[in-house]
Amino acid sequence: MSNPVELLERLSTVRGLRGSVLVSAADGLIVAESLMTGVDGRAVAALAASLMNRLRRATECAGRKEPVFLQLQAQSGSVLATPCGAELVLVAVAGPDANVGLARLEMLEAAGRLV
Amino acid sequence: MRSVEPWVTEPLERFLAESSARLTLLMTSAGQVIAQHGFTRSVDVMTAAALGAAIMASTGEIAKLVGERSFLSLVHQGARQHVYLAGFDTPRGRWIGLVVFDAESTVGLVQLFFDRLISDLAAAAPRQAPEQQVLPENFERELNASLRALFGR
Repeated sequence: MSNPVELLERLSTVRGLRGSVLVSAADGLIVAESLMTGVDGRAVAALAASLMNRLRRATECAGRKEPVFLQLQAQSGSVLATPCGAELVLVAVAGPDANVGLARLEMLEAAGRLV
Repeated sequence: MRSVEPWVTEPLERFLAESSARLTLLMTSAGQVIAQHGFTRSVDVMTAAALGAAIMASTGEIAKLVGERSFLSLVHQGARQHVYLAGFDTPRGRWIGLVVFDAESTVGLVQLFFDRLISDLAAAAPRQAPEQQVLPENFERELNASLRALFGR
């Protein structure tokens, strides 16, 4: 398993990403974070973990197995999330100018290293 | 949800809706129940209140031993259900919250929305606390009134 802080700092170099946070899936608490000021990491962590847990149940009920990637598009940007095994969730907060495609690739690669 | 103090109702209902907590108890640091949600028997709520207040009192002493004023919160993790306990200051003195939650919620969500509950309670509290003189002849009547408010009987 790679160093989570280094992986989050690498993610923050993607254009338009306002930061990322590694969350414990079971309890919604922050494991590591690299966020710009003005982003409430604790709230993002708790709510994104809850959302991912519910999505996991929804996809399993639909017979689609585990969710792989979540892009939640809002009016002024996106929240991106991907599970890292069963125990962690990697969440990124993106601005409207973010390169979401590159962010997705980087997040999936980081998630693979974190398992 | 039942409450002895009517102004507590709205903030607590919001907390319950957002946190998905199963049981919630608000009490004074002495263990006097202010509001409860989810308990069906008065004996359970009184026991939980007494034990919650005792846990906070004993951990408060541990906090002093290690140089802390008090611990903000503590979590008891169970296999299926968990307990979150936190003390906080209100315009009516120091209160304790006891929250029981299961897989429908997480400790992160409970913590997040409990902090909002504290802010909401501070904003909703009436400016002036009612003057109350504790008299022995009033005690039983007030106790019965509180039990009626909390359990509807």
